[in-house]
Amino acid sequence: MTGHTARIANRSRGRALGRRVAAGFLYSLGLPFLLLVIWAVASTSSTNRFFPGPLTILEAFRETWIGPAFVDDVLPSLYRLALGIAASIVVGVAAGTLIGLFQWLRELLEPLLEFFRAIPPPVLIPVMMLLLGITDTMKVAVIVFGAVWPILLNTIDGVRSTDSVMSETADSFQITWWERLWFLVLPAASPRIMTGVRQGLSVALILMVISEMFASSAGLGYRIAYFQRNYLIAEMWSGILLLGLVGVLLAATFGVVERRVLRWYHGIREVNRA
Amino acid sequence: MPDRSTLLRVEHLRKVYESANGDVEAIGDISFTMRSGELVCIVGPSGCGKTTLLKCLAGLLRPTSGLVEMDGQPVTGPSPAMAVVFQEYGRSLYPWLTVRGNVELPLRHKRLSRAAREKLVTDAIEAVGLGHAGRSHPWQLSGGMQQRVAIARAIAYQPEVLIMDEPFAAVDAQTRADLEDLVRELHTTRGISVLFVTHDIDESVYLGERVLVLSASPTWVQEDLTVDLPAERDQISTRAMPRFTELRTHVYDQIQRAKRGQTVAP
Amino acid sequence: MHVLSIRRPRSLRKVLLGVVGLTGFLVVWQLIPTLGLVNSEYLPYVTDVLARLAEELRDLAFWRRLGHTMTSWAIGLTVATLAAVVLGTIVGLVPFLRRATHTVVEFLRPIPSVALIPLAVLVFGIRMQAALLIIIYASFWQVFVQVIYGVADVDSVARDTARSFGLTRRERLSHLVLPTALPYLMTGVRLAAAVALILAITAEMVIGNPGLGRMIELSRSAGDAVGLYALVVVTGLLGLLVNLVFRFIERRSLSWHQSVRGEEVL
Repeated sequence: MTGHTARIANRSRGRALGRRVAAGFLYSLGLPFLLLVIWAVASTSSTNRFFPGPLTILEAFRETWIGPAFVDDVLPSLYRLALGIAASIVVGVAAGTLIGLFQWLRELLEPLLEFFRAIPPPVLIPVMMLLLGITDTMKVAVIVFGAVWPILLNTIDGVRSTDSVMSETADSFQITWWERLWFLVLPAASPRIMTGVRQGLSVALILMVISEMFASSAGLGYRIAYFQRNYLIAEMWSGILLLGLVGVLLAATFGVVERRVLRWYHGIREVNRA
Repeated sequence: MPDRSTLLRVEHLRKVYESANGDVEAIGDISFTMRSGELVCIVGPSGCGKTTLLKCLAGLLRPTSGLVEMDGQPVTGPSPAMAVVFQEYGRSLYPWLTVRGNVELPLRHKRLSRAAREKLVTDAIEAVGLGHAGRSHPWQLSGGMQQRVAIARAIAYQPEVLIMDEPFAAVDAQTRADLEDLVRELHTTRGISVLFVTHDIDESVYLGERVLVLSASPTWVQEDLTVDLPAERDQISTRAMPRFTELRTHVYDQIQRAKRGQTVAP
Repeated sequence: MHVLSIRRPRSLRKVLLGVVGLTGFLVVWQLIPTLGLVNSEYLPYVTDVLARLAEELRDLAFWRRLGHTMTSWAIGLTVATLAAVVLGTIVGLVPFLRRATHTVVEFLRPIPSVALIPLAVLVFGIRMQAALLIIIYASFWQVFVQVIYGVADVDSVARDTARSFGLTRRERLSHLVLPTALPYLMTGVRLAAAVALILAITAEMVIGNPGLGRMIELSRSAGDAVGLYALVVVTGLLGLLVNLVFRFIERRSLSWHQSVRGEEVL
């Protein structure tokens, strides 16, 4: 008897769960599907050749990117992007920590940092081309020069706003300088650092594309510009699609890393909300 | 019987904060001594510079003049002989570390073998009744339990004196009673010396072997009262003793006088 | 008064150090080509660059180019902000829409705006409209996301209070949603203003519509290093100006917000 009711209860709970999953599925994929259908219908009924249908773009995507182009154009781009991001994080966090810890250094550099941050990063491409030539180093340098600022400035803010009681605790237990850096200053600043990294990522991606549009004979940015100049419309769209995918992938990877690194931070916020 | 030699000596301590509108004298002239193994409570009217005094004792703040001596050595900075338990447990524990990690952190630079360190940490966490919560993060615990973690961290550090700055001001009444008993227990079973700052008169009488009553700012020690209650105390019977009532009434009167400024500096 | 008098020597020191830093940078810049560390064809003397900068500032053609850039910046920012406010408010207020649009937003937002440059050129040719498409796309998301956060941030108690007092939908929108969302909106606009400037100049560099960006690209291809560096400095100053102005506006709106809530600290 009780087993029977339990089974019914289970089944209805299962059904409710099923409904929730189905609703979530509909919500997350409904609108994208609808938009694609509209696009497909519009592109077949219109004569505008700049907007090919989604199936045409998908076909072009398969033909263009799956194959040697992936190794020749996509991988080197992604490699430079990864290198640039890694260097930006290392430089931004290291310099930001140093500047954040010493007030005189902060005051010395503040006007300069404000100025450099305000320079639109793509403007530095011609400058880097002058200084470094048309090389891979130049492209990575451009990425670093653009993406480092949000990381640097957020790290400075995070480091200097270390909680006073936490610092006093470290003082009273005579924690060494390195321990203080590793167990107090950096973790305390990590939410701000991650905010900076997130901003830095999108800047880095933009700069990867533009630096290749400008001065390259290979790479994702170059390819897209090439397709456009030669009126290979569907191929160009497939490139935009690919860049979108890279962007989404980058954001998703960051999300996973951020949730791991800042588990305590999100935990506190959840506790406070409850 | 614990050793009753002089542990902490404070002589003519004075602290003046300088500001553009003239100086503010937070502490006028404080002198007292504390013997090893004692539990001394410090009470005073609000704003009398209790926290300032405590920071001077702990070496976190430099006094304007006067002397703080620990075991005959002048205190010039934070010393391994003292451990502080702050009132703001939420900000004194590091939320990115687990309970164990928090307790272990101050031990990292002590020259201890890994096993000895692990044992100290486990022992301290069990002593405060949190043996099950070592792998949790502080923010997953209630306020009272977080303050227990702070206490565990302090005792694992093996200081000669535990300095507590209104540690239970931010927890509810029942948790507070439990924590008071924990401090009494640590004091009686482990012989830890405790300097306990509070604004709660009942708490000071219930906990202390001695109560120092501070005057209003600029502060001096208005009275040094010995609490002649039995060492074995519990929340119900001790607080119901006539002597307890007499003592708390006495301290209460002293503080009322201090607030009205009816006392004269020595 | 009290606070100010403490701050004055602080801020004086700050200004002095800032000037020292700036001067130091200029001196180092001048020294690098002087000592031959880098050929002055690639890194011209700072004195030459500043002289060229002064020259440009007297040239009407320069101001016309600046006008082009700022026009597309202003149009792009305005259109993006208006669109984002309208769409963001609607999507933010209707939970059904918020859930339904989530995937699309999460896919479209990370697409680097510059990926659309080829498309913009195809559709609009080498004209300002092509640049506007890029500018609007990029700055739209900055405002849109902030508006959605802001609208969703309305305090649930405040919302219930408004309902229980029978405020109409319009009243709720203007007295509750707007004040809550305004600071968020201002943050979004500040971010969007910076992004719009970056893309206005970038678009001119890549697409070739008239403006500062095109001039930079021309200086580069003509091998005019001095002119190139002078223009880079101009764009930096421009960006600085935009940042400062919008930060000021944001702070104004924020301080109003905080004083309403009674949270002002100063």
